[in-house]
Amino acid sequence: MAEIMFWEAVLRAHDEELANDPMVLVMGEDVGVVGGTYKATLGLYDKYGEERVIDTPISENGFTGLGIGASFLGARPIIEIMSVNFAWLAMDQIFNTAAKVRYMSGGQLEAPVVIRSPGGTAHQLGSQHSARMEKVFMGIAGLRVVTPSNPRQAYGLLKSAVRCNDPVFINEHELMYNMKGEMPEEEYFHPLEGSEIVRPGRDVTLFGYNISVHWCLQAADLLSKHHGIEAEVIDLYALSPLDRAGIRDSVTRTHRAVIVEEAEPMVGVGAEVMAIINEECFFELDAAPVRVSALNVPIPYNHALEKTALPDANDVVEVVRTMFGV
Amino acid sequence: MKVADKKRLLREMLFARRFEERCYEAYVERNIGGFLHLYPGEEACAHGVLEAAEMDGDYVITSYRDHVHAIKWGADPREVMAELYAKETGVSKGRGGSMHIFDVNNRFMGGYALVGGPFPLAAGIAKAIQMKQGKEICICFLGDAANNQGTFHESLNMAKLWNLPVLYVCENNLYGIGTRIDRSTAVVEQYKRVSAYNIPSAQEDGQDVEKVYKAATKAIKHVRSGKGPYFLELMTYRYRGHSMSDSNAYRARAEERMWSKRDPIIMLRDRLVGDGHLTKEEYTDMDTEILDEIENEVIAFASESPEPQVSEVERYVLAENDPWVRGGVQ
Repeated sequence: MAEIMFWEAVLRAHDEELANDPMVLVMGEDVGVVGGTYKATLGLYDKYGEERVIDTPISENGFTGLGIGASFLGARPIIEIMSVNFAWLAMDQIFNTAAKVRYMSGGQLEAPVVIRSPGGTAHQLGSQHSARMEKVFMGIAGLRVVTPSNPRQAYGLLKSAVRCNDPVFINEHELMYNMKGEMPEEEYFHPLEGSEIVRPGRDVTLFGYNISVHWCLQAADLLSKHHGIEAEVIDLYALSPLDRAGIRDSVTRTHRAVIVEEAEPMVGVGAEVMAIINEECFFELDAAPVRVSALNVPIPYNHALEKTALPDANDVVEVVRTMFGV
Repeated sequence: MKVADKKRLLREMLFARRFEERCYEAYVERNIGGFLHLYPGEEACAHGVLEAAEMDGDYVITSYRDHVHAIKWGADPREVMAELYAKETGVSKGRGGSMHIFDVNNRFMGGYALVGGPFPLAAGIAKAIQMKQGKEICICFLGDAANNQGTFHESLNMAKLWNLPVLYVCENNLYGIGTRIDRSTAVVEQYKRVSAYNIPSAQEDGQDVEKVYKAATKAIKHVRSGKGPYFLELMTYRYRGHSMSDSNAYRARAEERMWSKRDPIIMLRDRLVGDGHLTKEEYTDMDTEILDEIENEVIAFASESPEPQVSEVERYVLAENDPWVRGGVQ
């Protein structure tokens, strides 16, 4: 199994899907000649041409709607929104059209589009380039939301998303494109539902997704090393629908839960997972579930302020220590 | 246009008028819920343009004022009415309602309720046609007020940039809900606004179905020839308020009277009578026949149809049994 970078994994998925089906197209700002801000479409313009690897104007709602319209007739657009912050501008077409058209047409039409976008906070990008919007997307019926935490998932989730007949939003992370990870040589399709146990443990479950999976893994190592606490880490790569059974099974094993999210706490993944735990396995709990979230502030420019606003592995360690009284 | 076609168009437009008027009654009777946007006064727009299009190939998309476009494009009026009655037999299985009429088998790609929403969808349909190297085109009907949305400019820019086969038809009824066009729009003549995108355009009398047909024929020929988008502005007037919740108090009665003298159905009828192709008795008989059909077939079908099963409320949210959800495992 070879190690490749996250951006290379996304690029490989694009390349294979473009080669597989002439109705697959890629569109977005700078995806063509430039090859993508994060190199996710590097070289594809030369390989597949400007009709299928399309540099769009900076018109997020317009080109997202155009991709959705094309999908009505069998096109399989992969739409890159350069930064998730810009996806706010395309919410009208994503929510009002893509997520609802199957339902409101009584099943006659579907919008099999993939919308990929990097979210999260990078380094000092300021309030308008640091949004974490997964909570917004996962709250809308009719839209699938997945979020890869490693190159293998980034590749396999995009492959499945292109072929799935539902609209899929793929939440990537600006800081993760150069992350390395193992990648199968053979073609691989990742499920769009479910969750993964990335570290088994018996004492507490740490739920993470996307970048926070890595904070959870760091925290689990520290907890094991310094406190003898064995944490299970669950990767919630599918945020909508969430894996109710996987969440229940893990908490039933460990009886404790911590949910780690990069976003503000309000109306977020942590709140949602807690609700599922309440509904599915409340009486299995030995302690109240806790969430580790960002502070409820716009992300500041100043480095120290930015760091303070965001959670990290140490915050996870602290809440687990409090939970165990150690 | 042949006399037989003119007479057929007269019947279709009169049917559309009576259909919409019956919707009004059904709404008052509370058989139709939600929002209801009616088309009387504007019939020549949909009929003139779509008469010039290829029924077996071209795609049509529009806003929430969509019943008449759907019927002209092949939807069964009984199923459209059943949709308004929220029945399982409705075109959208009772899930859509008045603003979301879909008949995809007939390439009627839907009614959408966000003003300006269909602009990019139409460009996307045209993009897919282009990818398949088809000869079809997409025809997008929207009102004048939609042109103040960002999607108008974003879509026109992309449509011209990539020379997409899309015809934008602007049904200019002079009001965006209750605000008169000159109070909302810096450039009142809409066909001029697209010149910024180097898209050819024309303005035509939207009350004269023959003139609309002629203008649309030219527009469609341009689009189908591969030269890219075209914008056709049709000057028209809606007789009723924007929707049923609109009291229509903002318009001068004199203005309404003026437009009622340019009624698209009466104008065509009088022309056919004047030319000796139709008698007033024939017209009255046609009207009676239409009213009977609407009552005995359309309303009867809608009334007697079953409602959707409550147990199926969660159907159509996502694809059913899509193997790729499980990573391709069957």
